[in-house]
Amino acid sequence: MEQNPIFSIRTAAFSYPGAEKPALDGVNLEIGQGEWLALVGANGSGKSTLAKICNALLTPTQGACFVMGLDSSVESNISSIRQSVALVFQNPEDQIVASIVEEDVAFGPENLGIPSDEIKKRVDRALSLTGLESYRRRGSYSLSGGQKQRLALAGALALEPKALLLDESTSMLDPEGRDSFLACLGELNNQGMTIVQITHRMEEAVQAGRIVVMASGRVVWDGLPTEFFDGEYLRWSFEEPPEIALYRELLTRSLVPPGTRPRVEELLSALCL
Amino acid sequence: MRFMSSLSIGQFIPGESFIHRLDPRCKIIATIILMTGLFMASGIPDFALWICLLVIFSTLSGIKLTTILRSGRPVLFLVLITVVLNLFWTPGSPLVRLGPLSVTREGLIVASSMGLRLLFLVIFAGILMMTTSPMAFSDGLERLMSPMAVLRFPTSEMAMMMTIALRFIPTLFEETDRILKAQISRGADFESGGLMRRARSFIPILVPLFVLVFQRAENLAVAMESRCYVPGAPRTRMNPLRWSGRDSSALACLSVFVLFAIFCDRYVFKIYLTWFAAQ
Repeated sequence: MEQNPIFSIRTAAFSYPGAEKPALDGVNLEIGQGEWLALVGANGSGKSTLAKICNALLTPTQGACFVMGLDSSVESNISSIRQSVALVFQNPEDQIVASIVEEDVAFGPENLGIPSDEIKKRVDRALSLTGLESYRRRGSYSLSGGQKQRLALAGALALEPKALLLDESTSMLDPEGRDSFLACLGELNNQGMTIVQITHRMEEAVQAGRIVVMASGRVVWDGLPTEFFDGEYLRWSFEEPPEIALYRELLTRSLVPPGTRPRVEELLSALCL
Repeated sequence: MRFMSSLSIGQFIPGESFIHRLDPRCKIIATIILMTGLFMASGIPDFALWICLLVIFSTLSGIKLTTILRSGRPVLFLVLITVVLNLFWTPGSPLVRLGPLSVTREGLIVASSMGLRLLFLVIFAGILMMTTSPMAFSDGLERLMSPMAVLRFPTSEMAMMMTIALRFIPTLFEETDRILKAQISRGADFESGGLMRRARSFIPILVPLFVLVFQRAENLAVAMESRCYVPGAPRTRMNPLRWSGRDSSALACLSVFVLFAIFCDRYVFKIYLTWFAAQ
């Protein structure tokens, strides 16, 4: 863990009005700059609520959430927090504001009061990163589900955030679209962006550098993917990702050495041998 | 149930034509001028000039004339009612008698001009929406309404509301279509029975649609907030509005055309109308 965490959540609790149980119940979590964290758990475990708290859309009813050292419960910090942390939701249809692709990407920077030349540069960069340059003058309503999802990501990237919160943002993508989306996230992470990815898919979680499991509004497990897929995932009834299954099979047949799990390419070359 | 796909209200058609590139303020003012001109038009021959204008608009916008004309389709029923009411209830010298009702010369003139006026109003508004993106439209409207901000009128909020409303028109049609198909697949029948039965059969569509609209509104509000939108706060623009000589020229040409149309209506075509009434 780095010394200055980008998110510091301290015994945070949150209850929705009229709900019997709290959505979050004493969550303690620190996320360092440049980390890629996969947040996993069953429906209703509090993952989305935690993401909204990290984006200052909700304020903890107990405890506190600090984003880059700024207390999210302080009104004057909210704008700075939302500039630094972008949130991409599950359904892109709910977050597209404008009818034209480039106008939608520009929506965030326009809200920040940035000069038009800078907005254009940010829009160009975001469209290029998400592979939507050729669609910039197209109607947002005419895009496919996957393209809309990439547009939602482009809109978030145009804010040039330090951290990206993804709330099941790959759920509407086909396998090919998901791969390119994850490759894009990998590139952003290599550039130093912190990524918090909420997901139900273990083949996505396996790409993260850290996995956090939530259940009943609490953090119940926090560790490395290697530890998680070494049997821990079974405790929480998650599926085994194909590459882990392959590794295990190759290990049984002594085709790979025991110890650190090799990358997918190494597994495939071992398989070819 | 093909009507959902045929509606084109608020549908922006992206393009780089002369009309597309005009400042939205110019297009909004032009539409107001056109509507004023239409209200002053009273004779059928005058509408021949307006049809010529539609052809010019079609050429300058790169949008097919049929697509432009289609934007008048949603009000056809309203036009029909207007025509029928004016045709039978305008007093004057009778042309045809249908029982207690009679079609008069004056009724024929009033009904046709009222019907055409209504249709053209919607079509011109349609051209504005087809050639102006909702964001540009709201920017233009906001700037035109900016003097009202002195009276604390929430101009930017109004403009944003309009942008979102226009943006969600195609989405809501899609959702309605989806709910409709889902209900049909579950055995719902929207096409048989009397008027009351048919009206009642739409309840299973309206209820989920309302729920969906409120859900969408809530989700969108959260997403906009997360993208740093603060109602009423000053915003910059990626493409700031710039009034150019092209806009002034376009507006001047249009004003001359409308004045010419009014002149023809008042003086030139009057001769025709006098002749028609005399027959």
